[in-house]
Amino acid sequence: MHIVGYLGAIGFGLAAIGSGVGVGYVIGKTIESVARQPELQGRLQSLMFLGIALVEALCFIAIAIGFIPFPSPTGP
Amino acid sequence: MPAAAAASGFEPPTIQDFFPGPILFAGTPFEMNRIMLIRVAVVVVLCLWLWLGTRRMKLVPGRRQVVTEYVLGFVRNNIAVETLGEVDGRRYLPIIMTMFFLPLGMNLTGVVPFVGIAGTSVIGLPLVMAIIAWITFIYAGFRKLGWTFLKNALFIPGVPWFLYFLLTPLEFLSTFIVRPITLTLRLLMNMVAGHLLIALVYAASQFFLFTLLPSGNLFGVLGVGTVVFGVIYLAFEIFVALLQAYVFSFLTAIYVQLSIAETH
Repeated sequence: MHIVGYLGAIGFGLAAIGSGVGVGYVIGKTIESVARQPELQGRLQSLMFLGIALVEALCFIAIAIGFIPFPSPTGP
Repeated sequence: MPAAAAASGFEPPTIQDFFPGPILFAGTPFEMNRIMLIRVAVVVVLCLWLWLGTRRMKLVPGRRQVVTEYVLGFVRNNIAVETLGEVDGRRYLPIIMTMFFLPLGMNLTGVVPFVGIAGTSVIGLPLVMAIIAWITFIYAGFRKLGWTFLKNALFIPGVPWFLYFLLTPLEFLSTFIVRPITLTLRLLMNMVAGHLLIALVYAASQFFLFTLLPSGNLFGVLGVGTVVFGVIYLAFEIFVALLQAYVFSFLTAIYVQLSIAETH
């Protein structure tokens, strides 16, 4: 039985695990902090968005690596 | 691409969507394809909006002035002055505002109906903006601190001397090389991934509702689900466009602030 596919997709799937855990942690901590001090909600929300963008950056770099045409060692 | 889908006419979006053929001046270095024309149009629209929105301003603002004032005030207060303080915030305000409005305009063309592709989804524009942000924070450091900027950035105080052999190359890499790369790739890949997903959902809806259903294949009912998902994802895409513009300008402000900080 032949299974043909694109190996980069597995790599990106693994990279998405770390990104998912990281973003969940940032948002969870923000919700906890807002529950402790509701008056800081605006400031903490801005910091949360900044944190999400920084964590997801690595996830998107993983997608970008998938588009690079690496030379194959055994021929095209 | 699976053979079954290709045989029955489903064409998902490919990476070739981002490289359309030339429209004007083909073959010369000034070749303009569709994406370049979109970028020029966005710059013209942005300049017109900002010029017309700040002309003839009255003390008691009319409706158009309130909107323009709100957006400009948001960038000035929440991004520039909050991270840099009053004096430096006003000094670096033009570059930070450019780094907010330019990605904002370019990202939002990805959701406009007949345009459909973001101006920042090919690497040229994010790369240029990241290089300008990089030059800005290096210039800010040298202007305020002179050569002690390099000392602060590379040789962190309070560390035993033998650790500098390990720490300085890492700091150099992380500050001067990785920052512009992540700025570019974050903006670029958000737009590329968003466009591919939206185009895929629209193509799937078209295929399900207009190709499968009329030919009697009952799988076409799934088209209703993809249409609903398409609407939700369009809203999410608008949010991502706004968020990436905000993050780009906020990170530029933070890098400038880190460069001009006096002590660690």
